[in-house]
Amino acid sequence: MTNSSRPAPSVVVRDLQIRYGGHTAIEDLDLEIRRGEFLVLLGPSGCGKSTLLNAIAGLLDVSGGEISISGKDVTFAEPKDRGIGMVFQSYALYPRMSVAENLSFGLRMNGVPKGEIARRVEKASRMLQLDPLLQRKPAELSGGQRQRVAIGRALVREVDVFLFDEPLSNLDAKLRAELRVEIKRLHQSLGNTMIYVTHDQIEALTLADRIAVMKGGVIQQLAPPIEVYQRPVNRFVAAFIGSPAMSFFDGRLDGDVFVLGQVRIPLSGYAFADGSRDPGAPVTLGVRPEHVSVAGAASGYAFDGRVAVVEPMGADTLLWTELGGQPMSVRVDGERVFEVGQTLRFTFDPARLSVFDAATGERV
Amino acid sequence: MRAAASAPVPTGTPVARPRRPIAGRVALYAALAVAALFFITPLYIMTVTSLKSMDEIRQGGIFALPASPSLKAWTAAWSEACTGLKCTGISDGFFNSLRILVPSVALSIVLGAVTGYALSHRRIRGGNVLFAALLLGAFMPYQVFIYPLVRLFSAVGIYGSLAGIVLVHVIFGLPVMTLLFRNYYSSLPVDLFKAARVDGAGFWQIFFYVVLPMSTPALVVAAILQITGIWNDFILGLVFAGRDNLPMTVLLNNVVNSSQGEKLYNVNMAATILTALLPLAVYFLSGRWFVRGIAAGGVKG
Amino acid sequence: MAQSRRHDIAPLLALLPALLIVVFAYAGTMVWTVCISFTDSRLLPVSDFIGLEQYARLFSDARWILSARNLVTFGLLFVGGSLVIGFLLAAFIDQKVRCEDLLRTVFLYPYAISFIVTGLVWQWMMNPSLGIQASVRGMGWTSFTFDWVVQRDMAIYALVIAGVWQSSGLVMALMLAGLRGVDEDLWKAARIEGIPTWRVYMSIVLPLLRPVVVTSVVLLSVAVVKAYDLVVALTNGGPGNATIVPAKFVMDYLFTRQNIGLATAASSVMFVTVLAALAPWLYQEYFKAHRAGGHA
Repeated sequence: MTNSSRPAPSVVVRDLQIRYGGHTAIEDLDLEIRRGEFLVLLGPSGCGKSTLLNAIAGLLDVSGGEISISGKDVTFAEPKDRGIGMVFQSYALYPRMSVAENLSFGLRMNGVPKGEIARRVEKASRMLQLDPLLQRKPAELSGGQRQRVAIGRALVREVDVFLFDEPLSNLDAKLRAELRVEIKRLHQSLGNTMIYVTHDQIEALTLADRIAVMKGGVIQQLAPPIEVYQRPVNRFVAAFIGSPAMSFFDGRLDGDVFVLGQVRIPLSGYAFADGSRDPGAPVTLGVRPEHVSVAGAASGYAFDGRVAVVEPMGADTLLWTELGGQPMSVRVDGERVFEVGQTLRFTFDPARLSVFDAATGERV
Repeated sequence: MRAAASAPVPTGTPVARPRRPIAGRVALYAALAVAALFFITPLYIMTVTSLKSMDEIRQGGIFALPASPSLKAWTAAWSEACTGLKCTGISDGFFNSLRILVPSVALSIVLGAVTGYALSHRRIRGGNVLFAALLLGAFMPYQVFIYPLVRLFSAVGIYGSLAGIVLVHVIFGLPVMTLLFRNYYSSLPVDLFKAARVDGAGFWQIFFYVVLPMSTPALVVAAILQITGIWNDFILGLVFAGRDNLPMTVLLNNVVNSSQGEKLYNVNMAATILTALLPLAVYFLSGRWFVRGIAAGGVKG
Repeated sequence: MAQSRRHDIAPLLALLPALLIVVFAYAGTMVWTVCISFTDSRLLPVSDFIGLEQYARLFSDARWILSARNLVTFGLLFVGGSLVIGFLLAAFIDQKVRCEDLLRTVFLYPYAISFIVTGLVWQWMMNPSLGIQASVRGMGWTSFTFDWVVQRDMAIYALVIAGVWQSSGLVMALMLAGLRGVDEDLWKAARIEGIPTWRVYMSIVLPLLRPVVVTSVVLLSVAVVKAYDLVVALTNGGPGNATIVPAKFVMDYLFTRQNIGLATAASSVMFVTVLAALAPWLYQEYFKAHRAGGHA
């Protein structure tokens, strides 16, 4: 975001392979992260995102490929020599050391002069408001304070790249939101490269310059949050991102018209991906709940639906109805009152839909 | 089981159980009382016998309280009881056991902690094989190793010496100590080791600065296991300690089961209590830690 | 082949003492023991190979057959008795009883005591002329007999009693920890369905405690195979040979009867038996799980 015009990338991963036992976790993965970029690795558990992060950190032996950080090949370098700092989900603070000792441990291990250690600890604790906590033990801190110390421990290393391994997953919802903002502010003021692993799409959408959505050790889509959200490259990404989830309809294409039983939805305005497509192919249509409106917009496709379930969610209300015999959710203003059994007129804009090949799951 | 030493011993917060009828409760307490009696009786008999005179003992009435309690048998057991022709009591054995105990406990814990720490790194090639071999050793009866070990020790010149018996205790204490520390260290969060590596700490630095300061629970359990285990050992002391270092258990058995002269049951029981005193003290002082030790001794983490 | 990042010798150095112990003190001595068993060694080991002759001698030796039989009798009764008593004690204590801590302390203290002390105390209590038997007869029950230690066919049961006294507290402690780990909701569910407490223990809780039972059986079995101290202290193998066990058989031939060949043949049989009993359990407990769960 800040320095994207600079040509030299911060972290480059080429043809990365990671196997343990007979199991292949990552196969031929390529990734280039710009200097100062905030990259989020997002995916369900077991998708390989943490494995990738650990490989970048040097905590995992790679089976093949190459990793370089700040232009230096670090594929076989020790973690401490890679110019990285890392923050862990479980905080991983040394329980018998005070906060100050936790912050300075790495510097002491690497023979940094005393005065320099004091300066860096002072600076980090000022940035993270840790001053009153410096003499405490980790057990005497709250979860949020612990994670701030863990961030501080990465900070004092004064390195180019910060790695975050699900740092907020152990916190409750309120603290998570607070620290999320704090991390974002930190990134803006430091301008470091940050690689952030999470399974929480809200964190990904709010923090990232770019999101890499992963599944089965493969990056499915690498793009800015808005693009991942609005133009998911495949059905997996579409289903994984967005809450409440996208509704899917299995039908087929007839030219530029989506056919679902008796229902025919003309896809005028939909930006089809390049390349050939079979005009009669079976496809899946994806509609996000917030892209449907109730008797509002005059343009677009309109249909009548019966309200089956009403789920009030505070600011919004989710209505469940049916389109062509398949369930569909619709997000409406929380202040409007609806009743089950009521028939409403729904409309949506075909330009905002997603269409996927039923066989491959790829966007068409 | 979960991590041996780290798993908290469940605290006594019983669940609401169906309320039983009064008769059931009475039967329950009666059963518990009978059981408690069965378990406490030997300790009671040991104690009262040791406080009686031989005249009183010969009258029978093993359960009776001593008519005029006296500690004479205790002093006799400590400094006069005979093993064969030598009548210097079992105090020698007490001090021998102490001299064996201290270095054996210290060395076996140090070695077990280091080995367990190294084996808790799963990346070490052949670590599993070494661990399996150690465990097999733990379950084997000593008879399988004893004779060649005697020959090896005599060849090196430590057979029948303090160094020899200490080494034997370190050798046979290693499996359980390794198991205990390996399980404990494996139960520590992996992230902690990762963080220390990112911080640039090496194998020994992580051990001394990060892992060892967190090891208190495992060290306490290890100390309890080794102190009671080594103090209670009989067969290894018998074979390896040598005439001058015989541990208390061996001397006790010699005192009680030597066939010379009249059997002095009061002295025998006093000697028996004296021998049991240290492990009993450890047991009563350590409380729930002792239970942890039991669990750690045989259960995987 | 995966390229290795570095050759870190520190962990290997740390494992060196353990490696030496395994190679020399465990593996080496086992092999040596087995080797001697194929020779005609008596007081000192000699190297004249006589094949399986010692084993033939061993299995025609009435003392050995008796010690093996004793081991089975003692083992089954000791393990069974400790399990049943230990489980009952744990289940009783689990009923929200008063003085729980005191009861636990009383049931477990024998486990802190050595087998030598255990053996000597029970020897004294079972002394026919001055012990419990004499006391009970003195109180008027003149036909009461409790002289197992001096009865050839009963002495083995005296060992069982002393052993169970020493070890059932161990089972109690393990079981109690297991019982406290049972999901509380299970009890609530059983209560709502009106299942009697004893049924819940037998049909629901006991199967859940299977790992604890396995652990207890393994620990107790190890004590059975190693049983030597208790026998020496309580009966010294007697009366006659009535309570000889394999461990004592081996020690006798090694150190007093001076027949090393026969002794090592006996210990080799013990070794193979334990190995056969242990291998599947060890594999299951310690290695299968690790294989399944990869390194994160």
